[in-house]
Amino acid sequence: MGSIQVKNLGKAYKRYSSQWARLAEWIAPGKKKHHDLKWVLQDIDIDIKPGESVGLIGVNGAGKSTLLKLITGTSQPTVGSVSTQGRIAALLELGMGFHPDFTGRQNVLMSGQLIGMTAGEITALMPEIEAFADIGEYIDQPVRVYSSGMQVRLAFSVATAMRPDILIVDEALAVGDVFFQQKCYERIRGFCESGTTLLFVSHSMGTVYSLCDRAILLAEGRVALDASPREVIDLYNAQLLQRQAKGSAKVTVIDSDEAGNVGSFSSDGVAICVVELFKDGEAVSAVASESLVTVKIRVRFNHDYRDPHIGFQIRNARGEAAFMTNTYCMNRTIGAVRRGEEIVAEFAFHIGLAEGEYTITSGVAEGGAGEGEFNQTLARSQDARAFTIVRNMDAILWSGFYNLNPTCTLHRQQEEQTVS
Amino acid sequence: MIAPAMLKGVWAYRGFVKGSVKREFQSKYRNSLLGAAWTVLNPLAMILVYTVVFAQVMKNRMPGSDSTFSYSIYLCAGVLTWGLFAEIVNRAKDVFLDNANLIKKVNFPRICLPLIVVLSAGVNFAIIFGLFTAFLILSGNFPGLVFLGLVPVMAILVLFAIGLGMVLGVLNVFFRDVGQLFGIVLQFWFWFTPIVYPMATLPERVKVLMTLNPMASLIAACQGVLVEGRWPQWTALLPTFLIALALCALGLLLFRGHAGEMVDEL
Repeated sequence: MGSIQVKNLGKAYKRYSSQWARLAEWIAPGKKKHHDLKWVLQDIDIDIKPGESVGLIGVNGAGKSTLLKLITGTSQPTVGSVSTQGRIAALLELGMGFHPDFTGRQNVLMSGQLIGMTAGEITALMPEIEAFADIGEYIDQPVRVYSSGMQVRLAFSVATAMRPDILIVDEALAVGDVFFQQKCYERIRGFCESGTTLLFVSHSMGTVYSLCDRAILLAEGRVALDASPREVIDLYNAQLLQRQAKGSAKVTVIDSDEAGNVGSFSSDGVAICVVELFKDGEAVSAVASESLVTVKIRVRFNHDYRDPHIGFQIRNARGEAAFMTNTYCMNRTIGAVRRGEEIVAEFAFHIGLAEGEYTITSGVAEGGAGEGEFNQTLARSQDARAFTIVRNMDAILWSGFYNLNPTCTLHRQQEEQTVS
Repeated sequence: MIAPAMLKGVWAYRGFVKGSVKREFQSKYRNSLLGAAWTVLNPLAMILVYTVVFAQVMKNRMPGSDSTFSYSIYLCAGVLTWGLFAEIVNRAKDVFLDNANLIKKVNFPRICLPLIVVLSAGVNFAIIFGLFTAFLILSGNFPGLVFLGLVPVMAILVLFAIGLGMVLGVLNVFFRDVGQLFGIVLQFWFWFTPIVYPMATLPERVKVLMTLNPMASLIAACQGVLVEGRWPQWTALLPTFLIALALCALGLLLFRGHAGEMVDEL
């Protein structure tokens, strides 16, 4: 239960030059075609095993929503096949096809019946659905007076009232507020732990990192990469970077030794020569948590630049950014540089990160503007340096992402609280 | 013709079908003070207008009868059954467009939608026809056992209506002209069927043409039962029955061939 097999799947929409061309095709004898096929998905092969959590990412128009529609069965494939095992709950786009004139309660009943529940089951689950959606007395108002957030709340509550074998979510949750999103993710996580297969579309990479153990990047209707979230998101970001760069520079989108890791970015003008982590004046590859360390980045400029900035990012093993900043964001200015000049930037800090593997990514950009924006990215060295954080035996015991090193004061309240 | 899988799908979604019919009935009269009374008031007003205009003003009498009621009964027999036919076809031709939102987002047996149309129309018809039957009994015009002859007649009418409706419904998704065009056709069709006027008033040449109208024999059968207490002429209904079966087959064929493409088009 809960597996999805997609084999050699392709989807094309028929495009007619006019309605008359369509009419001709319908009524004219013979098999002459009067349409062009516009392929939106091609050669898709995906095999998802029960219990897997898969994130589907890609730019707008890459075919993500179409793929989900094919998997849920609302849309039929042009070639290839999709087979699924188990009960599917799907949240495609906004709402679940709610009827605007019916009340929330009636729509819950209808949607529930549509996903194969009986009226009795829905009535039994109604209090829980109401409580989870948390839309108060709106439940008895027609859905047309709902905000989009309320519709999503209700839709999510119905779709997930019973644990499905396969849960498919299409960006819908982005509409809800942060509290509701957290509530949803908690429920999704719970489902995943009990064995539900998750297929999830998101533009929020953080969510993909935290929910998924596998990711698929769709680009122009094809699977560009099907791997761990970290690899996939790196490639996705690299492709986004490449788009922005508009061909003026070279972005590494394929792993290779000389050009750096996926997501690296170089141009003739700037070279990031060295990225290192120092502790007590020595380059290290493992440090204890809370140590005072220095990230040293040496950059050579092969052109003149007016306002360059240097930054770094520390990512954990899953690829999530633990911290990032740059000289511009720190209100520091390097000033104009000449061709041939080399700049060394040193960032010193107490590295209060949790134990684990981390990498340092470094970047150089020109012309800071607004809140941490740049006019042009000049170079980026993805995962230039790896290091390990080991536990600091002198520190307090803690868990989480970052040691906040709290101070603690205790008082014993004596007078007021003697009698309760 | 009908795949068992299709029937199985419908059975699995019977709760949805039942619920939809119920909700549709409720929603029709939501925010109205008189509620379900409107189901009755609309055709009642129509019958009143026709009775006044044709029976009183134009002194139109049923041949061989002097009763004022007989014309009203004749009119009801035609108008109410035509109403069922028109409601099913009209709703069925728009059913996929109206439910686009649902079809695009949820995977369910699409064949439930025309079924909901038939059942909803059936509920409305049952209400108004029940009242009409009560009137017949109270006014002493109830035809007796012959009344049962209406059951197969109505079955053929529903079959014909939904067959036609399905064909139009599928076509309408791809060619929106179909819906517009059929609205006009239906107007002509109504007046080309002996509903308001008796068949007997037509010239011979037109009467021959009338045999080409599948609705004419159905409506005539209803009128025969209700006005004259005469069993329907089954042989006259046979061509309509065959056309109805053919339309249903064509409708299902079109539906099955284009159900997938339909979603892309909505």
